Amino acid sequence: MIHVVKRKDMPLVQALAIRFGIIVFALVVCGVITALATGLNPIAVYGTMIQGSFGSPRKVWILLQQVALLLCVSLALTPAFRMKFWNLGGEGQVLAGGFAAAACMICLGDKLPNAALLAVMFVASIAAGALWAAIPAFFKAKFNTNETLFTLMMNYVAIQIVAYFVIVWENPKGSGTIGIINQKSEAGWLPVVGGNKYMLIVILVALLTIAMYVYLNYSKHGYELAVVGESPSTARYVGIKVDRVIVRTLILSGAICGFAGMLLVAGSAHTLTTSIAAGRGFTAVMVAWLAKFNPAVMVGSSFLLEFMGSGAGEIATTYGLNQSFGDILAGIILFFIIGTEFFITYRIVFSKKQKASEKEQGNV
Amino acid sequence: MKKLNKLMMNRRQALGAAFGSAAALSLAACGGGSGSSSAANGGGESGAIKVGLICLHDENSTYDNNFIKGFKEACEKQGITDSLVKTNIPESNACYDAAAELVDAGCKLIFADSFGHEDYMIQAAKEFPQVQFCHATGTKAHTEKLANYHNAFASIYEGRFLAGVAAGLKLKEMIDEGKITTDKAKMGYVGAYTYAEVISGYTSFYLGAKSIVPEVTMDVTFTGSWYDQALEQEGAKKLIDGGCVLVSQHADSMGAPQQCENSKVPNVSYNGSTVDSCPNTFIVSSRIDWAPYYVDAIGAVVAGKEIDTDYTGTLTTGSVALTELNDKVAAKGTAEKIEQVRADLEAGKVHVFDTSTFTVGGKKVDTYKADVDSDEKMEGDTEVIKDGYFHESEFRSAPYFDLQIDGINLLDTNFGS
Repeated sequence: MIHVVKRKDMPLVQALAIRFGIIVFALVVCGVITALATGLNPIAVYGTMIQGSFGSPRKVWILLQQVALLLCVSLALTPAFRMKFWNLGGEGQVLAGGFAAAACMICLGDKLPNAALLAVMFVASIAAGALWAAIPAFFKAKFNTNETLFTLMMNYVAIQIVAYFVIVWENPKGSGTIGIINQKSEAGWLPVVGGNKYMLIVILVALLTIAMYVYLNYSKHGYELAVVGESPSTARYVGIKVDRVIVRTLILSGAICGFAGMLLVAGSAHTLTTSIAAGRGFTAVMVAWLAKFNPAVMVGSSFLLEFMGSGAGEIATTYGLNQSFGDILAGIILFFIIGTEFFITYRIVFSKKQKASEKEQGNV
Repeated sequence: MKKLNKLMMNRRQALGAAFGSAAALSLAACGGGSGSSSAANGGGESGAIKVGLICLHDENSTYDNNFIKGFKEACEKQGITDSLVKTNIPESNACYDAAAELVDAGCKLIFADSFGHEDYMIQAAKEFPQVQFCHATGTKAHTEKLANYHNAFASIYEGRFLAGVAAGLKLKEMIDEGKITTDKAKMGYVGAYTYAEVISGYTSFYLGAKSIVPEVTMDVTFTGSWYDQALEQEGAKKLIDGGCVLVSQHADSMGAPQQCENSKVPNVSYNGSTVDSCPNTFIVSSRIDWAPYYVDAIGAVVAGKEIDTDYTGTLTTGSVALTELNDKVAAKGTAEKIEQVRADLEAGKVHVFDTSTFTVGGKKVDTYKADVDSDEKMEGDTEVIKDGYFHESEFRSAPYFDLQIDGINLLDTNFGS
């Protein structure tokens, strides 16, 4: 018989040492697979991956911007996840926000001064994202519907709405693309800060990260949603209005997703497509889980995922390997990291040694 | 999750084909660019410049693979040893970022293969005037008037027309053998979007067949995607169930050819030969060969000459090509007939969109303003019919023929997914 036993807390130093060790081990495994599958020198391949992310100032900025965008969506999902509300609708909420921003840019681009336009876009995209999350939250709170399915399905609705409007706004007709919105006037584009078009998004998301950390750990709201997540009955017993907390938290979650959508449309892509969220609504789930819903740690986990993504692209370009090979390496590394979390949290006890281990447990 | 991602991918590879060519630039002295000391110095050895290609997907897509092959072939011919291919670059600012990175890496000439890359290529072209940007299938080079931004396409409608001739001969053979009667001579066509490039493609294919079998009709269905195997296969099945006895397609997956093979219906393919998977139904395929354009553009940069603003490859330049005929399926005498029509097209004796060969709403068309300039007005701006034919790909390289002619029946329209 095999038992899985929850560990008592492991000393931080030991846990960190294990995590670090496992990443080294994962890199060795990836190296062996690289050498066997492609005949390339794995060290050179790793060097190329690092080159892909840090090879030039531009590459560093692109990486930072990508990290910021992914982190923004992850931050958005976190309050809901802490409440154990599985919001898988990040993709749709980002799209809703991006759609609202694009609509303002297209319809109001030549009617409002830029500052006013940006303000309108900000409000509209946050409202759209919030609405997209509030609908499933309302049904969860009132009728206890399954939020996982509901939020997932809302993604498809958002995709179809965007697909429809892409056709309405497409240029040239029939091409199915909108192209860059307001390319000449740059109306509704986020301003360039410090001469660097990537920097503003990074700064905004850094501020958001701090705010979210404070909100979750030091505010009454943050405490309430944690209680609701642990036990709705307890929450009710202590007088927390569970329905209200659910809807309120999801509005926040959706609003930040909507904000991420605006950053994408107004700050980087300057267009609208059905794939503009690029799976971030789902990748963010992994980022949040890897970090155990801690915003500070999420900086690291989103960095890890984006780093491997840009590394994969660089390998494809330099060695002519398919991008999928980079994804395979990323998958192996993630596999080890997630596996490690299991072994840090639990341990496996074989029944032969049961007595000994029971004894050991007693000693702990 | 994977599936969902797939669903969201909007594959817009598009538009057909070509890379842009370009206009003139006197690149010669483009030495100074960002950081590369090996920049072309007018007429230097060709190995000295670095070129880059940006692709929407990778070699697993028939569309992108066609570009990558042409690019590699051209680099080899021009003795370019330093080239970079960036794959899986979506039609967003990621394209601008990729172009900027290629500039950082020292590229003097950068190509992109997907229609939706255009605005981002223009953005990069404005920022890096010392580098040449060539965009395939785009429409804006002739109106943007940037010295270092160029479009390219090919007169693929001529290739489609020839493929249509092969289809017509096959229909004629079926009629002569008594397999079908003339009124059953209906073809099917699986299109991507209701977009000028697609309309130009299916109309030229239809007119090619009509030049052999005047009574032929055609049903067209659209998938709303440039690449969707399941939808393309479904579309082909719908056409075959609806009585189409021969099918062609303008979409990039194996969906339609595979369905034809399963249903034993002859198929005229696109982008390349599908004879390996469909030995019993494949007739012939038209494709754009990008190598001649790439060779020209690279040669121009190396020699410090100007690249065409808007390059249209033709049968004569070798940009429009037909694959080998599958003799097992093609009607007898197809090769000879194609050769003859090809010679007539090249000589200007035959025009694909000859207004005496088709009608719109029962009437001959004598005048038509096409939307050649991509501007906000999105309306016809250029008279394209003169000397008795529609002048396709002459006012800009990307197709603009979008007339709905008689004999072609649209089962649906799909302007996007």
